[in-house]
Amino acid sequence: MTKILSTIYGFACGLLLTGAARAEEGGELPDPAAGWDHLWREIIIDITIIGVVFGIAAIYMMIRYRAKNPNDVGSAPKLTKAQAIAWAMIPAAIFMADDFFLSAKGWTLWNVYRRVPDNAMEIKVTGYQWYWEFDYGDGVVTNELNVPVGQPVVLRMTSPDVIHSFFIPAYRVKEDVMPGRVTYIWINPRTPGTFISTCTEYCGTAHSGMYTNVNALVREEFDSWLVEAKAEAAEEAKG
Amino acid sequence: MTAETTTADAGSSFKLMEWILTTDHKRIGILYLIGSMAAFIVAGLMALLIRIEQASPGPGIMDSPDQYNSWLYFHGAAMILAFLIPGLTGFAANYFLPLMIGARDVAFPRINAFSVWLFYGAIILALLSFVIPDAPDIMWTGYPPYSVTSPGNTAFYVFTVHLLGFSSVLGAVNFLVTVIYMRAPGIGWNKLNIFVWTTIAALGLQLVFIPVLASAVTMLLFDKYLGTHFFNPAQGGDVLLYQNLFWFYSHPAVYVIFLPAVGILFDIVATMGKNRVFNYKACVYGGIGGIMLITGEVWVHHLYVAGMPDWLRIGQMVTTLLISIPVGLIVISMWGTLYKASITYNTAMMYAASCFFLVLLGGLTGIPLALTVVTVHLSETSFVHAHFHFIMALFSAFALFGGIYYWFPKMFGRLADGPLATASFWINSIGVNVTFWPLFIIGVEGMPRRYPDYEMFPQFEPYHMVATVGAFMIALGMAMTIINWIWSAFKGPIAPENPWGSKSLEWTHAPNCPGPGNFPEDVVVDDDWSPYEYGRK
Repeated sequence: MTKILSTIYGFACGLLLTGAARAEEGGELPDPAAGWDHLWREIIIDITIIGVVFGIAAIYMMIRYRAKNPNDVGSAPKLTKAQAIAWAMIPAAIFMADDFFLSAKGWTLWNVYRRVPDNAMEIKVTGYQWYWEFDYGDGVVTNELNVPVGQPVVLRMTSPDVIHSFFIPAYRVKEDVMPGRVTYIWINPRTPGTFISTCTEYCGTAHSGMYTNVNALVREEFDSWLVEAKAEAAEEAKG
Repeated sequence: MTAETTTADAGSSFKLMEWILTTDHKRIGILYLIGSMAAFIVAGLMALLIRIEQASPGPGIMDSPDQYNSWLYFHGAAMILAFLIPGLTGFAANYFLPLMIGARDVAFPRINAFSVWLFYGAIILALLSFVIPDAPDIMWTGYPPYSVTSPGNTAFYVFTVHLLGFSSVLGAVNFLVTVIYMRAPGIGWNKLNIFVWTTIAALGLQLVFIPVLASAVTMLLFDKYLGTHFFNPAQGGDVLLYQNLFWFYSHPAVYVIFLPAVGILFDIVATMGKNRVFNYKACVYGGIGGIMLITGEVWVHHLYVAGMPDWLRIGQMVTTLLISIPVGLIVISMWGTLYKASITYNTAMMYAASCFFLVLLGGLTGIPLALTVVTVHLSETSFVHAHFHFIMALFSAFALFGGIYYWFPKMFGRLADGPLATASFWINSIGVNVTFWPLFIIGVEGMPRRYPDYEMFPQFEPYHMVATVGAFMIALGMAMTIINWIWSAFKGPIAPENPWGSKSLEWTHAPNCPGPGNFPEDVVVDDDWSPYEYGRK
């Protein structure tokens, strides 16, 4: 058992080293979604190993230690004080090492998620029962979110009625949208396409109907749309 | 004290008033069992309706999304507050804790009777939500501002929580006093059954944290009906105040459910394996004690995407991950108890074996959710839904069902093991995996929780369909289980005294179906006695 656990620990240390090496690369704008996928794979490996080790141990012992005859009793030796302490402290140290390893990984990516790039374009998001509004400034307001590819976008979000939550699964990001506070998320659209966004905080009757499209447009397409929309908005304001 | 003990025979006359006016902890335990199983059946039917509705995108069997939302509300609130908590800390603790410590009853039997009738009051109040025109639709969490502006009747939710909370606090005081003062001579703290430890830990948590929940829902009531503005930012309130207070109770509540289930599991495994609990002190002081220590510092992991300050989210990511240490110690003790055991397999042990895998699956899927940044994607998806069903709902329910099989001869003098028990066990075990594995998968892909309709994600339909088939398997398995229990209680084969050869006091010193006063003679134990000492003659 100890041997198996130390193997896990060794594996965890190995991951820690490779993680440190990767952080050196850097350079261009980080992609939070890709970082999320990478961390997700690592965690799945981590928990699968723990799960398989404990699962096999349980199956093995449950088969191996079946009663041979009904009057048999178990023969586990009583632990000495030193053994008892070791069986508490060593596993605790291993679990703690894995906890801190995962915390460090999680914190690193968290900083990427929360540090909005300086050149981010700002769009105001408002959640209503039960639809979304996206405000690009100069009177341009839409119900679908248009974003340019290759441009970091920060969404500043609030709601006048109840709590909603703005979720774009493709960008691996969500945050609650609520009265009295402005929350934010930022995304870095890499490829053109249409993605789904949904509401993920229960908000009443049409909670599940509160979805919309996120259109990631190539830069030129987005720019020409925005110029046109601004002109239209200006005309409407005049008329 | 003179002992007046009779072995009740199955044909003895049934007097309703004796049950209504009873102060006997065992009868109160049975009342808790009946009440919590009734809540389980109704809440389980709600789950079935939810799964039928979700089997395909678009409106299915519901009249309106509001109706679906009221099913969800009832399923969550009743399963947690009226089935799991009363089933584990009401039924199991009431019936078996005094027997395990050699006590003749609890410290305050009449307060105990008051607790169980408060619980029935709460169940009636909860069931009334099916007949009132404006059923609550605020989920079991009741977040404002929605719970304040909702057309549903939030007051029913608030008063149900009040009654259950009052009942639990009285029960907590009662059982803590019982364990502290009424242990039989010779039973030191290091000789208590793990179930006794986990129960007093759970009740200790109830005592500390329930008042916080009670005040949170009371503020909700004031905001909605008396015009206060605790949670209304337009008037200087704060919407997140409620969530902080709610989860400050409701995260520990997860352990109020998890811990007694762990305790039942240890007692089943040690008894069926005829083995001592591995590293008892590490399990009790490190595992159970560690959970009590950390559980009050992790509630923010339920608010990872609620716009809390970054330092708080990161700080509580670390405390949340550190829960793996006490839980790990408990798991090592549980696994170690199998080592060199001599395991006899029966229905109770099979449920326990199933729990080993449920705790791995549910516990390990909690690790990604502990990481703030991972939860930014997974929060409020069906991944979370599957995770907490495995670790809290399924693990604890299976442990409770295992416990019912384990203690069935003690309660009814008859065995409930048999072909129906075995068949329903396998249907249940396979059913829960068929139901919740697909939800893990589509959760990672972005399927949100609490959706009656998912027309934006038509690709998830096959997964939902499989989950619905699984739900029907569980329904079949549970119907068979409950029929088996009812049949066995009256017609099952008569059980021998101590059918499992346990060393625990409820088996060695009390007859099956113990009468008033529990024990024929006052219990005194030797110095080298322990409920798990099988090597000793």
